[in-house]
Amino acid sequence: MSEFTLTLIKFGFLALLWIFVLSIVSVIRSDLFGARVDPGQLAKESPRAPKQPKQSKRRRGVPTQLVITEGSNAGQTLPLSGETITLGRGTDTTIRLDDDYVSSRHARFVTNGEEWFVEDMGSTNGTYIGSSRVTRTTVINAGTAVRMGKTVVELRK
Amino acid sequence: MSVSTPTPPGRSRGTGSGSGGAIVHRTRRTAELMLLILALAIGVGAYAIVGLAREGSIPADIVVYGGGLTALAVAAHVVRRFFAPYADPVLLPIAVALNGIGLAMIQRIDMSLEASDSPFGPFGPSQLLWSAVGVALFCAVLVVIRDHRRLQTLTYTWGLVGLGLLILPLLPGIGVNINGSRIWISMLGFSFQPGEIAKVCLVVFFAGYLVVNRDALALAGKRFLGIDFPRGRDLGPILVAWAASLGILVFQRDLGSSLLFFGIFVVLLYVSTERPGWLFLGGGMFLGGAYAGYYLFGHVRNRVEGWLDPFGDIDTYAQIVQAQYGLAWGSLLGRGLGEGSPTLVSYAWSDFIATALGEELGLTGLMAIILLYAFIVERGLRTALICRDAFGKLLAVGLAVSLALQVFVVIGGVTRLIPLTGLTTPFLSAGGSSLVANWAIIALLLRISDHARRPPPEVWAPEPDDATQVVKLR
Repeated sequence: MSEFTLTLIKFGFLALLWIFVLSIVSVIRSDLFGARVDPGQLAKESPRAPKQPKQSKRRRGVPTQLVITEGSNAGQTLPLSGETITLGRGTDTTIRLDDDYVSSRHARFVTNGEEWFVEDMGSTNGTYIGSSRVTRTTVINAGTAVRMGKTVVELRK
Repeated sequence: MSVSTPTPPGRSRGTGSGSGGAIVHRTRRTAELMLLILALAIGVGAYAIVGLAREGSIPADIVVYGGGLTALAVAAHVVRRFFAPYADPVLLPIAVALNGIGLAMIQRIDMSLEASDSPFGPFGPSQLLWSAVGVALFCAVLVVIRDHRRLQTLTYTWGLVGLGLLILPLLPGIGVNINGSRIWISMLGFSFQPGEIAKVCLVVFFAGYLVVNRDALALAGKRFLGIDFPRGRDLGPILVAWAASLGILVFQRDLGSSLLFFGIFVVLLYVSTERPGWLFLGGGMFLGGAYAGYYLFGHVRNRVEGWLDPFGDIDTYAQIVQAQYGLAWGSLLGRGLGEGSPTLVSYAWSDFIATALGEELGLTGLMAIILLYAFIVERGLRTALICRDAFGKLLAVGLAVSLALQVFVVIGGVTRLIPLTGLTTPFLSAGGSSLVANWAIIALLLRISDHARRPPPEVWAPEPDDATQVVKLR
């Protein structure tokens, strides 16, 4: 094996190492910018969307969205789909509240398909409707303000 | 205090902004396959080059090594495809590439050792065997642990197992003293370093413990010099970790592990509480301990002197001096695989494999290898960022940091950036326990990453039924 061939092989191997490094970089890069909104997922959701107004038409007064009216998250809204909504400071909640007076899992909104209920999940500072503390599952109507910490949440039609 | 790492915008799912569909991470399984092919080309190519350079022909047993490595990579990839389909695509190829480079280098060192009638070695065959055990454990972890959060239920069990493994080498009968460190156990003709496995168990324990207790550690405390320091009564855990790492230093004479365990714990404390005070406190405690160690123990003093002025006493510090010459001889592009003389450095196959690689692949090659480690760490931290549960976040950070610290301590040590401490170079060094433990770490990272990148499950919304009126509360 001549010296020259070995030198070529040496450079070839270093090149191979760096090609590997660069292809990893390109995979990481496409991973950073390539996360996409799945059209299939959206398509699956879209037939559900027209169903939602139909349900609300059937019974007047059923709220269709949850609105945060006060606190640092004020202005956020979430359409109601019949799924349970949890609120709190933790990451595993549906809506993450940026409020120091809110527990990591503070309260949740649940529905039986007809009405919405609010339930305190053992929060430190409590959940209030008006001035009364929520101690058990309580029915709430559209427009009722529910307060937790400095945040006020209400359901709207 | 909520979870330390804020969810980056666009990655949060369902945080009530009204519109927006689900963000789906691509699975990138084909990308992983391509990277794996490259990784295998590096591993097998390295061995072929070693044969060409040393004997003028491609070694005959390349079928065994190349075939073995390929079989292991394919097995790991298939298991990953079925059991963690959404996991990160770059972790497995990097592990395979590093393992392959390590195998080739160890084979190459075996050849030199054989030629010089050294009493050591061969290390190659057992290294291949341990790679197989490592990949088997990798597959087992992915198959058995379907959800990393299950680990949290056994927090204290993991802690006990980790401590037990750490103490094991001190027991008479099975513990053996090698090179002044009592970190090995010898059973049935196999020697094993239980500290490597203990590392993984302890990271799980630290993560589980801190998820539960971080609030107390984070919220109470007083401010001094612009840094929030914790309350005295909350110092218990860090004191215990400090005492334990000093214990390792005193009884096992293992500077590296001592630094590693304490470092992981301090970093996890910082990450879980978001208080830099812990870093200052931990750094101060470590410096204090190290300073005392310097005056109390001869082996610590030796290491520091070998770091500051190895050329002052070339006979005593021959190993580190030879390693420096090796790196200089390797220079920018290296001697070429099989063409240097890495065996002039003792323990070139374990602690000093980084300088052996630096000699034969040069700065160019060594930088690529260090970058590969950096990618593992980056992917680990990225996994922590997008992970949705706090335990998974902490576990991913802990595993990534343990690898980062270990690479820093050992490569920093052999290149004389910091005092030399005996630790293995992950995936490269000859040594079964380290290889097996690192494959387990990769498997755990893939498990968490799979969980974090998986699209959120379709929530089943029951059709409203007017007649029944059942309040369904989950």
